[in-house]
Amino acid sequence: MQTWSLVSISVLLAVLVRWGVSLNSYSGAGKPPMFGDYEAQRHWQEVTYNLPLQQWYFNTSDNDLNYWGLDYPPLTAYHSWLCAYVANILNPDWVELHRSRGYESPAHKLFMRTTVLVTDVLIYIPAVVLYCLYLTDGSAKRRVSILLSILLYPGLILIDYGHFQYNGVSLGFALWGVLALGLGWNSLGSLAFSLALNYKQMELYHALPFFCFLLGKCIKAGLIGRGFVLLVKITATVLVTFGLCWLPFLPDNSQVLQVVRRIFPVARGLFEDKVANTWCSLNTLIKIRSILTSDSQLYLSLAFTLLAALPSSIRLLMKPTFWNFKLALVNSSLAFFLFSYQVHEKSILLAALPVCLLLNEFPLMCVWFLQASTFSMLPLFLKDGLLVPYTVTFLGFPFLTVYLLSALDDCSEDELKLGICGKLFPLIPKIHLACIMKWKFYISMALMAVLSVLSVVMDPPPHLPDLFPVLVSTTAFMHFLGVFLHFSIVQFMEPPRKKSRKKNN
Amino acid sequence: MAAQAESWSWFTALAVGVSLFKCLFINAYHSTDFEVHRNWLAITHSLPLSRWYHENSSEWTLDYPPLFAWLERGLAQAARHWDGDMLRLDNLNYASPATVLFQRLSVVCTDLLFIYAARECCRCIRVQKAPQVVLSRPSFVLAVLLLWNFGLLIVDHIHFQYNGFLFGFLLLSVARHLQSRHLQGALLFAVLLNLKHIFLYVAPAYGIFLLRSYCFTLDRPDGSIKWSSFAPLRLLALGSIVVSVFALSFGPFVAMGQLSQVVSRLFPFRRGLCHAYWAPNAWALYSGADKALAVLGVRLKLLQEAELPRAAMTGGLVQEVQHAVLPSVPPAATLLCTLLAVLPALVSIWRRRRGNRAFLRCLLLCALASCLFGWQVHEKAILLAVLPLSILAVESREDAGIFLVLSTTGHYSLFPLLFTPAEMIIKVCLMLMFTIYSFTALGNLHRSQGSLLCPMEVVYLLGLAAVAIACEFIFPLSPWRQKLPFLPLLATSLYCAVGVSYSFLRLYATLLRSNNKRKQL
Repeated sequence: MQTWSLVSISVLLAVLVRWGVSLNSYSGAGKPPMFGDYEAQRHWQEVTYNLPLQQWYFNTSDNDLNYWGLDYPPLTAYHSWLCAYVANILNPDWVELHRSRGYESPAHKLFMRTTVLVTDVLIYIPAVVLYCLYLTDGSAKRRVSILLSILLYPGLILIDYGHFQYNGVSLGFALWGVLALGLGWNSLGSLAFSLALNYKQMELYHALPFFCFLLGKCIKAGLIGRGFVLLVKITATVLVTFGLCWLPFLPDNSQVLQVVRRIFPVARGLFEDKVANTWCSLNTLIKIRSILTSDSQLYLSLAFTLLAALPSSIRLLMKPTFWNFKLALVNSSLAFFLFSYQVHEKSILLAALPVCLLLNEFPLMCVWFLQASTFSMLPLFLKDGLLVPYTVTFLGFPFLTVYLLSALDDCSEDELKLGICGKLFPLIPKIHLACIMKWKFYISMALMAVLSVLSVVMDPPPHLPDLFPVLVSTTAFMHFLGVFLHFSIVQFMEPPRKKSRKKNN
Repeated sequence: MAAQAESWSWFTALAVGVSLFKCLFINAYHSTDFEVHRNWLAITHSLPLSRWYHENSSEWTLDYPPLFAWLERGLAQAARHWDGDMLRLDNLNYASPATVLFQRLSVVCTDLLFIYAARECCRCIRVQKAPQVVLSRPSFVLAVLLLWNFGLLIVDHIHFQYNGFLFGFLLLSVARHLQSRHLQGALLFAVLLNLKHIFLYVAPAYGIFLLRSYCFTLDRPDGSIKWSSFAPLRLLALGSIVVSVFALSFGPFVAMGQLSQVVSRLFPFRRGLCHAYWAPNAWALYSGADKALAVLGVRLKLLQEAELPRAAMTGGLVQEVQHAVLPSVPPAATLLCTLLAVLPALVSIWRRRRGNRAFLRCLLLCALASCLFGWQVHEKAILLAVLPLSILAVESREDAGIFLVLSTTGHYSLFPLLFTPAEMIIKVCLMLMFTIYSFTALGNLHRSQGSLLCPMEVVYLLGLAAVAIACEFIFPLSPWRQKLPFLPLLATSLYCAVGVSYSFLRLYATLLRSNNKRKQL
């Protein structure tokens, strides 16, 4: 079989699965008065299409910011405007000011779903294909297997095509950035990543590794000679990209300030709902939010985030290899997710993307993490009525990846690249580690399955209404913490197969 | 042994993968067949046996043979614990989420039989030396072609029907014959006939083959029949199997004196020559010619427009058809045409003992002849030929070429089944996926023997792509949309009819040619 046909079949299958999920319900379907993220996106189309740009981020009589006010950077707003332009051609009712509020119809759902698919096909999917073809080791079959596994990652599909969001855009741009940096096109990479940052501010989770990798490259090339030229080129690219994205807001300082205030809502507290991060899990033991003032909460989370993210980034700065870059992306985004302020459960997707990029090297750990990340969003999916697609993809993904990547076959010490463990526990024979890992994997899968079933079937006891969401988020938190520690250890060890890595870089 | 056990893990992966994939379309569009089957659940659950074929409070009366009704009754036992409301007879058009989930899952679960049958088919493939790479093994290709078949996926899991289960019986019976376990094969086919009577069309192939190759044990030196080798015990065994299955299924109705009522439900000849959409068959070409002649006649002032019967051919409703110029076709004529079309094939497997493959070829010809000449053929009938042909396609290069033409045209002719905009992407992507896979995988399989298609076939298939683009994308934007709403359906079925007829002739040629080769030897 030729590679092109395998690749196109994988892409078509990915599109089909996405579309299959999109036939289901979306967040806030038929739930006035606030509806959900679907209505938020539609509302942004309505606002950006009908109001002048200066009013987009301001509370006016025509723009009630308490009803899904725009809280993403300008690129999202432009995207909404573009969608609204098309929507207005198809059916002006969809974006009519005020009167279209809460508009729902099968045709409109079809339109909204199609916009997500279009952005995915244009941005995310090509980036994944190119990454797998050019930056992954192994036979053609292996690369296609990785491609299919990444494209079928359930978390992203369920959020974008079930719940309804455009994560494919920002993650896709970030992936284009990774791809370009991996191929050595530094300016293009920083351009792509700047676009990602201007689409969703959450991409800041990835910013430290990008910054350190590029800076490290410049330092390595010599800050006086070629490195300086490189640094200037990159800085110019970033500045120009940001300038262009913010151009319409620039003339007025208050505009810029208002946008920034909308993007970073400090007043919303340490966390909302049930998130699988440190603060929310700690909350079951200590009620942090009642002990500390909101300011000290902010500083505390900032300190912890930096403490967790900096080591890997500094390591990357010292050794700017692509291998380190990928690991630093995982570690930094996980550090942000686990410790930073105002984290949403959906932000785990930002950690899932770089983990997907490591599927080839650590199949077991990555599949495990990806599965846990999907599981961590279970309460959200249940709220949105996505039980059926969740079940299908939740069962299908580990089955498919374990089969395709033969993940369970290579979980020996060497494959997990945990040489340090062997030194710490010399008593554990090597075979046992593989066996233990396998059993831990099975038990954790069973635990997640049981908790999923319980959340669906059982009513929680009346005095503990949040029992299952808390159990889900705490379980997922344990997994995330474990993966974070694992990849941190890996990054601080020498890559075992140095020669093959060097060839790549 | 370990290597062999391991070598089938890919089959499990394919089967689990496709089963989960099917579950993704639970909330997709479903046709009125969904309500048909819900109504049958209600009928078989809440009425006594004697009322099953009399009940007509819904327009979707029970018109499958008794064993299928029993299947529905079995499903109803499970449905009772799921959502009892779907079993109420007066609850017409009831489609609660639980009902949808139950019915969809029942299709996915009954498909397990199809999966088993596909596995059995994969095991009877003849190969000289299996390649090491799983992807280029004929059995792997066959498994994908069967399990991921485009037509079966959209007809069963979106449009809604239980074809997978039925084709499971057919393929299992074919596999048993290929393994020379004829009695089991006959039993399975007898059961199948009592599940859905459309398979009567391929019964002649079964009858002749079993009589010739099973009941006569020896041949003369020149290969023709040796009458003295007749084995009456074998005939008795076959006969008792078939008769007992039929007795089990129709016996109760005979006892109640309802046989004529059941038969009138099973064969409703009051419906029209062509189905609501034209299936791509000879009658589509015939009616197309009639229409063309009528238009030409009016242009040349040979005919008066007022004298022509109203063209209700593609009105979307099942109804009687009157041709304008050519004589109208009565049901008996279609039956005669079908019989005439399969006669040479039957004679050919009667006159000379032929292998089990020739039987499969004959079965395919019967299936295709029924699609081409049958009365009120549904376009779904093409699956009857496409699925068994997959087995031959992985074994020989010529059959692979025929398979590509037939499956592409046949599958494309299923497109009008899904007309809702949301399912557009599904049908296009799924069709592309299946087509790309079958072209590259079969090409890879028979790589050493040159290309699979001749230039003319390539041109035809490219033309099909052009027709598809014109009908699906360009036509809805053009001004003719209002004036001639059925033009795309017409063009699709006419164009596809050419491909199906061509495949039929090619397949006939392979059967008769191999006959001649034998003679020369």
